[in-house]
Amino acid sequence: MTGVLGALSEAWDEVRVHKSRVVLSLVGVFLAVFAMTSVTAIGQIAAQVQQETAERTGGRPATIAVQAFDPMTGMPPDAEAWDVAVAELTGRYDLTTSATISYGEGLYRMPGGTQRVQTVRVSPSYGELHRKQPVEGRWFREGDRTSLSPALVVNEAFLEALGVPDLSSRPTVMLGGPTPVRATIVGVLREGYGSELVAYRVDRSGGSWGDAGAVDPMQAMYGGPSTLKLWVHPDQVDQVMETVRRDLGLALDGAQVDPYRMDAEGVEETLAVLRLAIRGAGVVVLILGGLGVLNIGLVTVRQRIREIGVRRSFGATSGRVFSAVMLESVCATALAGVAAVGAAVVLVRNLPVERWFSDGIPLADAPGFPVAAAIEGMIAATAVGALAGLLPAIIAVRAKVIDAIRF
Amino acid sequence: MSLLSLSGISREVVLPDGSLLPILTGVDLEIAPGEHVSIVGRSGSGKSTLLNILGLLDNPTAGTYLLDGEPTDHLRARRRSRLRGEVFGFVFQQFNLLPRRTAVENVAAPLLYARGRDFLRRRRTAAEMLDRVGLGARADHVPERLSGGEQQRVAIARALVRAPRVVLADEPTGALDVETGAQVMALLAEATSENGAALITITHDLSVAALASRRYRLDGGRLSPLVEAGSLGAATSDRGTA
Repeated sequence: MTGVLGALSEAWDEVRVHKSRVVLSLVGVFLAVFAMTSVTAIGQIAAQVQQETAERTGGRPATIAVQAFDPMTGMPPDAEAWDVAVAELTGRYDLTTSATISYGEGLYRMPGGTQRVQTVRVSPSYGELHRKQPVEGRWFREGDRTSLSPALVVNEAFLEALGVPDLSSRPTVMLGGPTPVRATIVGVLREGYGSELVAYRVDRSGGSWGDAGAVDPMQAMYGGPSTLKLWVHPDQVDQVMETVRRDLGLALDGAQVDPYRMDAEGVEETLAVLRLAIRGAGVVVLILGGLGVLNIGLVTVRQRIREIGVRRSFGATSGRVFSAVMLESVCATALAGVAAVGAAVVLVRNLPVERWFSDGIPLADAPGFPVAAAIEGMIAATAVGALAGLLPAIIAVRAKVIDAIRF
Repeated sequence: MSLLSLSGISREVVLPDGSLLPILTGVDLEIAPGEHVSIVGRSGSGKSTLLNILGLLDNPTAGTYLLDGEPTDHLRARRRSRLRGEVFGFVFQQFNLLPRRTAVENVAAPLLYARGRDFLRRRRTAAEMLDRVGLGARADHVPERLSGGEQQRVAIARALVRAPRVVLADEPTGALDVETGAQVMALLAEATSENGAALITITHDLSVAALASRRYRLDGGRLSPLVEAGSLGAATSDRGTA
């Protein structure tokens, strides 16, 4: 026990006494671990942004989209029958994360006159499935179905066209059509191209005002053809698609049911390549830092041969000399690792990294500073210290004591 | 029984051309506990090699070296190192203090290799030892800020801090002026005597050698007693050629 304490004490003493040399030798390791840890942390945030961006479009892995139509006419099934069949299906298999979406156009009374705006009718759970994260306000919730004023989530261009700077004034807009109703804007999304206006409403089961504002009288009640979306485990995709095809086909009296996977399956692989590239760059930088430590360690140990000889005269064994020189390197690089990881945490936490990568859209699952990156940084620093200390330690042990002391 | 017993010790080294160079030849020496022995000889006579062998830093090529009656030739490296730390204390001509460490850190350094209580109390023990050599007030000074005499006193305190049974001193006054050298030798003799440790001094200085109870001359690798005035005179003349 005292042997281990002694070796550690000796190593720490060396680090303490030769501060300047140690600091100089550690600049490379500090920068390498700092760069590796920061890049890994930022890379993970970037990867999360990439993933959420992809999931905003295609849904989370694995998202199955289901559409049905009459094979003879190409028309969608009766809306009420479709809703009943979908409700039975999700209830039967306990498909808790499902959503519906349909596209149409709505009439909105804007300051410049009534305007047709692309309107997406979704169930509130669509937000979770597609990571809809408003830049202001909130996404829909189940309570919005029974709200006396229909809830709207619009894009920034819509809000601008309405002449409203933000949601602080609780802005509203009149939905035109046969039964006009005043809708409340509850959230703002950053999406759409240029000045394109986009509005989201709760799906067609959205209460007494459900058909307000619809442009096409044929779709006045329920909007356009609805697509069912299911979020299932990636391993169950084929099984679920087969079950959905069969069950909905039977329930809809011979309608053709087309389930297909719509999330971007390649995203994981792409992100894996990105992560690998980031890691590779970090490792290269770390190796360069380690070579710096090794270089200075080799020069230093030759200058310390006399001291090592003196310590041998005190009774230091070969093992003790080896471990002292090795631990000195490990202690120093571990210290540099702690400092580098700390600096990386401060940097990453204080930089608006998410905003840079995600165009200002807040992340649904914003990653904190990745603990794995911090641990990896520490392990890497210690490992570099061990490797860089190995050669000087061997030289120290092989030094001839008699030559070292020179009586 | 002798503490150290050398019998027929020889040491040869292989030269780059493959030939053998004898350094020590048939050295016989007995050292008893608490004894003070000095060895004089000219440069290249094998004094340092003999000291290295005595201190378990080197092995003889022939002969028997008994430490406390135990043969040392088959000792494993680890055991040799432990014995070296526990039995011997070294005083070097150039002091060999660890640079940038304070006096007390230097004196405590050998206790880093001790165990248990000795290890844990190393700083206090070192401070006490510095007090004994009269340097208590200079405990926090680094060697660079100490005079030569003070540095050698720190080295003596360091050699004695583990209470060794033998102190091996290699030209302990070689880097000091005459007056300081005499003070240092008096201190070394007194401190080892108080500890009951044997003191083996290698020196060119016959006045230093004269302090020992037994004196030897090493010439051409052969050890012989130095007892006559004529021999002392010869050794004195050696100093001029060193």
